[in-house]
Amino acid sequence: MEKIICVCGHENPEGTKLCAKCGRPLTEDALTSKILDMKYDGAAIRSKTRNKSFVDKIWNFFSSVKVGITLIIINLIAASIGTIFPQEFYISVQTEEQKAAYYEDTYGSIGKVYYELGLSDVYSSWWFQILVGLLAISIIVASIDRGIPLHRSLKNQRVKRHESFMKRQRVIAEGEITEGDSANTLNLVEEKMKKLRYKVRRDGNALLAERGRFARYGPYINHCGLIIFLAAVMLRLVPGFYVDESMWVREGEMRAVPGMDGYFIENEKFILEMHDNEKTENQVLQGVNVVAKNYQTNAKLYKQSKDAVPGKIDDLELVKDYSIRVNHPLKYDGFSFYQMDFKLNEIKAMNFNLTNKESGESLGDVSIDLTNPKDEYVIGDQTKVQLLGYYPDFSGFENGEPQTATPTPNNPAFIFKMITPDKPDGEVSFVAIQQTIEPNGDNAYKMAFNSVETRNMSGLTVHKDSTIPLLAIGGAIFMIGVAIGSYWNHRRLWVEQLEDGTIRLAAHTNKNWFGIKKDLDAVTQFAHLPQYIDQSQDDDEEENEKEGESTI
Amino acid sequence: MDKKKKRSITRGVILVVLLAAIVYTVYSSATKDKVEVLQVGDDAPNFELVDLYESDLKHRLSDYEGKGIFLNFWGTWCEPCKKEMPAMSEQYAKYKDQGVEVLAINIAQTDFEVKKFIESLNVDFPVAIDETKGVMTAYNVDLLPATILISPEGEVKKIITGEMNESQIASYMESIKPEQE
Repeated sequence: MEKIICVCGHENPEGTKLCAKCGRPLTEDALTSKILDMKYDGAAIRSKTRNKSFVDKIWNFFSSVKVGITLIIINLIAASIGTIFPQEFYISVQTEEQKAAYYEDTYGSIGKVYYELGLSDVYSSWWFQILVGLLAISIIVASIDRGIPLHRSLKNQRVKRHESFMKRQRVIAEGEITEGDSANTLNLVEEKMKKLRYKVRRDGNALLAERGRFARYGPYINHCGLIIFLAAVMLRLVPGFYVDESMWVREGEMRAVPGMDGYFIENEKFILEMHDNEKTENQVLQGVNVVAKNYQTNAKLYKQSKDAVPGKIDDLELVKDYSIRVNHPLKYDGFSFYQMDFKLNEIKAMNFNLTNKESGESLGDVSIDLTNPKDEYVIGDQTKVQLLGYYPDFSGFENGEPQTATPTPNNPAFIFKMITPDKPDGEVSFVAIQQTIEPNGDNAYKMAFNSVETRNMSGLTVHKDSTIPLLAIGGAIFMIGVAIGSYWNHRRLWVEQLEDGTIRLAAHTNKNWFGIKKDLDAVTQFAHLPQYIDQSQDDDEEENEKEGESTI
Repeated sequence: MDKKKKRSITRGVILVVLLAAIVYTVYSSATKDKVEVLQVGDDAPNFELVDLYESDLKHRLSDYEGKGIFLNFWGTWCEPCKKEMPAMSEQYAKYKDQGVEVLAINIAQTDFEVKKFIESLNVDFPVAIDETKGVMTAYNVDLLPATILISPEGEVKKIITGEMNESQIASYMESIKPEQE
């Protein structure tokens, strides 16, 4: 690598602005400036030094602060566009057509364009993710590119700096001490600076007092936090880290848990409780009759034995028995089951009376459990009812055959064969709700509907998010970095006693010049140093505002 | 010179890793809905279901290794399921001796309904009921009918959603037929 050899003999990497050893300005710019640019302590920013190979070019592109800021702005704009209309995720329609229609109907032609452009699902779009990814690259590359040289130059800094470095600092002083013995001056400075909690190093007739160096690492720490945060978000896409599923379980049913292999959940009972208060004024105003007090699913979670496979349910082990209520999920092994929804009163069993039509005499009851219909229901020796067909959601006939629209007993229908002492050959009857068909003409008997038994259904969501601890850590590191970069500052004071006993001093801070001046006032008085001047106050007030590296 | 090279390599590696992370993110979120869904080329998830008629007979996928498996998910309410069943039965009769097994998996209906349904169609192939919907979940079956073709090596060859006609069924069975020695 090409080197710049300073007058003091130190070899600096190409691109260095200030010699790492003595601080002499090495570039034309630095030489002619009145106050040195102390960013990165004059160390060579890696990307500025070489720009040759393809890799270097890409590296340099991402390390650029301009590119970084541009990426931040583009990301902000893209993210804010996603907030103009609700995202698809929040719209309770299923199919693509319905979604398209929703945006057009609700927001007019702008909504249509919004949907067509894919802005209705912007955060999962490939280009948004690429933008975030590019920003992440920019953060990482820029941090490496700037952080490492800065760290090196801070770690290796020398106590003694060259005159040309000292004189070009913003706050300087030169002259004789105002009173006392000049031989003791550096000792006094050291004593005072130590009291002010500076770290003091001495090298012959030179002294460096330094405080809060770690503040310079704030931006890099918060970058680390950001990257951890982004990595955690990315991890959600890795199978096993994030599960968000919903499921329906009827009372008495056991279901395999989606997203949680080898586990089954059984719904023992769903409970809906209402407040039995008198209507309050607000209830009347809002037209609310009753207010729910509790939604509860008494659930049992089962686990398959280790080597079991889906479908096998003969060796289940109960692992948790819990009453799931709103905000009180069943928790097991990182998974949570939340009470989300319910459906009441689905038909579970139907009770009939085998009745003689003419006399109205009942031969007995038949109860049909819809979860397990039987072929035959025996009432007596010569009296029985055969079930020839069961259609849980009867939707009409096709080619003379009853059809069912769904597997759910919304509109149950049956074909019975009634065998009685009078009619030993049996009479066939099709029975649906409010509909009876007797294919062989007039039957002597009928299955008179008696009553139903119902059961409820619970809607649960299964949730697992293993990335939360990582998100929390990333967020915490980010905030710590911001705090370090914002509330602490890196202050340095260089003092050199020349051969004739006069003092030359220079001071620098990355922010909060008021603070360092207070320290300087104290040490000036204590060690009788010559009064310092702030070189920037003469010309450009704006310089005051310029504060080191940006915080984020 | 060496240092330069080393640095270039480090930079290159960092950039490649970051780029790979982006590509992975974009790819997996684009295929997110399908990630959990079974894909062609995956190993077919093993399962075990009890036969509809013989309670001692257990259909365990791993026991069928070396045979092509024609898994058909269905329900009595599903019209296309019903339509394709006779053709499945016909073709099964032909391919049974050539090492192709059919298993028709009903989605959590009652024994009564399933038996009546199968008997009314007069079809002949093994049927099992997925009571807890565990197999349906493992195979991520969403719409019925769904048919999964599994090669003799236990790999998912094809996933068919929707009704199949007889010639399609024949060609599917042909495609998973184990090679004759």
